[in-house]
Amino acid sequence: MQTYPAKRIEIIIEAPLLHRLTRVLDQADVPGYTVLPVRAGSGRSGPWTREGQVTKAGGMNAVVLVCAADRASGILDAAYEVVAPHIGLVSITDCEVVRPERFE
Amino acid sequence: MEAIIALAAANLLSPNVLFFALGFAAAMARSDLSIPEAVAKGMSIYLLMAIGFKGGAGVAENGLTFQLGLALVAGAALSAAIPLIAFFLLRAISKLSVTDAAAVAAHYGSISIVTFVAMTSMLDTAGVEFEGFMVAVAAIMEAPAILTALFLVSGAKSGGAAQSRGKMDPELMREVMLNSSIVLLIGAFAIGWITGTEGLAKIEAFIVSPFQGVLCLFLLDMGLIAGRGMRDSRKYLAPPVILFGVMMPLIGAVLGLAVGNLIGLSVGGVAILMTLCASASYIAVPAAMRVALPEANPSIYLTLSLGVTFPFNLTVGISLYLALSQLVGG
Repeated sequence: MQTYPAKRIEIIIEAPLLHRLTRVLDQADVPGYTVLPVRAGSGRSGPWTREGQVTKAGGMNAVVLVCAADRASGILDAAYEVVAPHIGLVSITDCEVVRPERFE
Repeated sequence: MEAIIALAAANLLSPNVLFFALGFAAAMARSDLSIPEAVAKGMSIYLLMAIGFKGGAGVAENGLTFQLGLALVAGAALSAAIPLIAFFLLRAISKLSVTDAAAVAAHYGSISIVTFVAMTSMLDTAGVEFEGFMVAVAAIMEAPAILTALFLVSGAKSGGAAQSRGKMDPELMREVMLNSSIVLLIGAFAIGWITGTEGLAKIEAFIVSPFQGVLCLFLLDMGLIAGRGMRDSRKYLAPPVILFGVMMPLIGAVLGLAVGNLIGLSVGGVAILMTLCASASYIAVPAAMRVALPEANPSIYLTLSLGVTFPFNLTVGISLYLALSQLVGG
């Protein structure tokens, strides 16, 4: 099958910040994104888990999006504005897609 | 004194506390016992709805009083003032940064609705009456503490002592004021008030009879969360900070005792106000702190609030507060 290069951006962000991030992504007119729950982890601020929590304060979410390579930098800049002061992780990787027109 | 010991012993051997202890011990022992997130959330919604509705029905039965307004003002003032005490106490006895101290202080000015529920449950069991409107007081005490904490940080920031943003933007204000627990508590309170005792009679089988059982299960979950927090994050709590987690509830309770008696609350009402002043938030404030004070370490304030102060209040605090309220109020 013919595939085309694209960029995959993954942002792990604190749950209370999720709506701020998705709003920025919407404003940046990204081709789309997927929000995933994250179960547990550990980092510089210590361990955390979603188990039994009744508040979103201690939780994290993952936001994954795929875009054309020439749009990645602008989207990253917009997203990083939200993530920068907070606990989280931003990564960008090369990927392949089969329908490139959907990620422009 | 004997009455206080008897009350404390009865509370320690109540199903609520024993289920909490079970959860705490299981987590410390690394058992795989866990309550699914959705179940915990469902129980939280149920408890908020039940306590709000019953409070509203109580107000419908007794009518609006001037005391309700007084209690609301007193609650808001206490919530705004307690973080100041907490902040300066923490700065005096611990090495926490301005930002961490302010974040912790915000938690202690706000309230723990589960501790509130545990106290009302104990009052029901002991046959001590209390004002239904204390539910509204609990709701109003959620937010002012956050403003005080941000004020403390912005004051330090202008002096160059902190790097934090410490801002309360309109969106954060909306999130705090309309967080799910406040909306549900106030909403259920309003519905209980509108429908009165007739409304309560219609759904009594749902919100009264199963209440204690659901509370036990919820406290099992709280024990698991508190135990996990202490197991994994206690290294973030220096001894003076742990000491603060026990001292601050007592200071808050004394303030609640004084103010509650000053505004003429019943013995049960004073005990509840003491509990509200003594408890520390773990729902509204942590989320607000993550947004407004991202530099503050959540392992400190969440572990302190859930792992130290909540167990202290549940096992020792609430019976002590009721006993003191009875002692002072006769």
